[in-house]
Amino acid sequence: MARELLEGNYAMAEAAVRAGVEAYFGYPITPQTEILEWMSQRMPEVGRVFLQAESEVAAINMLYGAACTGARVMSSSSSPGVSLMMEGLSYIAGTELPVVLIDVVRGGPGLGNIAPSQGDYNQIVHGGGHGDYFPIVLAPASVQEAIDLTVLAFDLAEKYRSLAFVMADGSIGQMMEPAELPEMRPVRKERPDWAVTGAIGRERRILSSIYLNVEEEEKTNYRLLQRWYEVEKNEIRYREYYLDDAEFVVIGFGTAGRVALSAVRAARAEGVKVGLLRPITVSPFPAPQLSELARRVQAILVVEMNSGQMLDDVVRIVKGACPVEFYGRMGGVVPFPDEILHEIRRLTGEALSADGDPRQRWMQRFTPGSGR
Amino acid sequence: MDTSLPTTKTQTVYLRPSALTDAPSHYCPGCTHGVAHRLIAEVLDEMEIREKAIGVAPVGCSVFAYNYFDTDFVEAAHGRAPAMATGIKRLLPDRIVFTYQGDGDLASIGMSEIMHAAGRGENITVIFINNAIYGMTGGQMAPTTLPGQKTTSSPRGRDVEQMGFPIHMAEVLAKMEGAGYVVRRSLHDPKNIRLAKKAIRTAFEAQVRGLGFSMVELLSSCPSNWAMTPADALKWIAEKMVPVYPLEDFKVAPTLAGLKF
Repeated sequence: MARELLEGNYAMAEAAVRAGVEAYFGYPITPQTEILEWMSQRMPEVGRVFLQAESEVAAINMLYGAACTGARVMSSSSSPGVSLMMEGLSYIAGTELPVVLIDVVRGGPGLGNIAPSQGDYNQIVHGGGHGDYFPIVLAPASVQEAIDLTVLAFDLAEKYRSLAFVMADGSIGQMMEPAELPEMRPVRKERPDWAVTGAIGRERRILSSIYLNVEEEEKTNYRLLQRWYEVEKNEIRYREYYLDDAEFVVIGFGTAGRVALSAVRAARAEGVKVGLLRPITVSPFPAPQLSELARRVQAILVVEMNSGQMLDDVVRIVKGACPVEFYGRMGGVVPFPDEILHEIRRLTGEALSADGDPRQRWMQRFTPGSGR
Repeated sequence: MDTSLPTTKTQTVYLRPSALTDAPSHYCPGCTHGVAHRLIAEVLDEMEIREKAIGVAPVGCSVFAYNYFDTDFVEAAHGRAPAMATGIKRLLPDRIVFTYQGDGDLASIGMSEIMHAAGRGENITVIFINNAIYGMTGGQMAPTTLPGQKTTSSPRGRDVEQMGFPIHMAEVLAKMEGAGYVVRRSLHDPKNIRLAKKAIRTAFEAQVRGLGFSMVELLSSCPSNWAMTPADALKWIAEKMVPVYPLEDFKVAPTLAGLKF
């Protein structure tokens, strides 16, 4: 396929169509409504299911039912809508169904705004729904990656009978850049041996997330955990930039990681030996890679478009092996490369300690609303 | 003396429908869930659609409905059965998809999902068990609790000034253009049970014919939480519930009117 100028939301929707998605259920919410609109046109065109639900609550439960039939299914939403879906997501996780959900994250909490944010990290990565479950979370930093990760999400969801999120942000969803769509895959015809399709000539099947017997529930929890360690073993994905000789490391995902790359390049031009680790799977997190880096660099700078939600994971993984600093923008503010460059210079010029709270240090030098 | 046993002839007069499993019931003595289950199973057998049927269980006493039907089944979140059924039916339009929901599930937490399923004319069948109380959690007030009725969360009786009025789901849903068949029946005596079965059959026939949303509301007993004997509970349906919830056909698509079973 040729490269075309594509908007992120349309690109993710079309990528799903070409990955053979059989049903889409959704509800309008900015900044991802273009996915719903694209699907409303495309899905009937290719003879597949599109339905605009009455709410995100209904959408996720329609998806739950559709996933029970063993079909390849998805929805998309943005932060407040994803909050509403948490009940259904927990049930889907408990029933061990493959489901893909795109979250085009916006500023929050509450109604917040419609600007790009990464404030859903904790809700998505650490599971906003009840009970023990572990979702796969993919974080694109470009329209091309949004396409590729949408396709990958379906394959991973089905491989592990798991929830797979594409956690983009408003800027990935809304911006246009050249990208290449995949070839149209044929729709998968066969159904897995657990699918509920009507007991025609076979024993009946039941799909449920209820285990009243606590021993059975515990075994289920254990099975999910075991499966998660398989995911951690096989599916960690990340991009690294200039890390071979790096003395300092910036870590950021999605748009924050992309802006950080500009800053890293500018710092390299100034002769600073700094590199970037950009997690593509924020869950499973590239913990072994980060851990190894922490043992050989002088300091790590975490950059996020939230108040340091991934920071907590980084600190947990680094275990004091080197100083960790944080720079965040919140509430829908996207950092400029210059802000991050300034932070990189700080890393190299100041005496840093592995003790104390990086978030509090950042708060002391940070002026909310600055630089706009 | 002739010691041989007299010759006996056995004749089968009553069988478990093949669409019912032989799982022992977990329902309380005198509860009408068992009757409702059997009627559905008889209809699935008679229409020869057991293998094509996919049930959606609710949250409430009938959360384990899937244990009793020899059909494929899924278990929904509280109130979300119509949305889940929608997802299944849209993917498998030639299967027979039905939900089985209580009054807390359908008329309270699941009000949005049931209204929109009816509004869309979703081609599914809903069996709605109205026993005017929350059974599984131990007898709290439901949207369908009668005015003055004592429950564990309306201990002085449902005061309509404070707690509002009963919601008449069949009447409300029959107003939807997408509904093909919406009726109310009762399970309090043999005559009404026979009428209930005909209604359930008609509702499934509506789905087979693609006539849109179909629902049978069934007035049901809850002796445990009403604190009554099973017999008194059935009498209470006839005397107290039926006057509030009339047993009527609220919406019958014209092509269903002449069906005889």
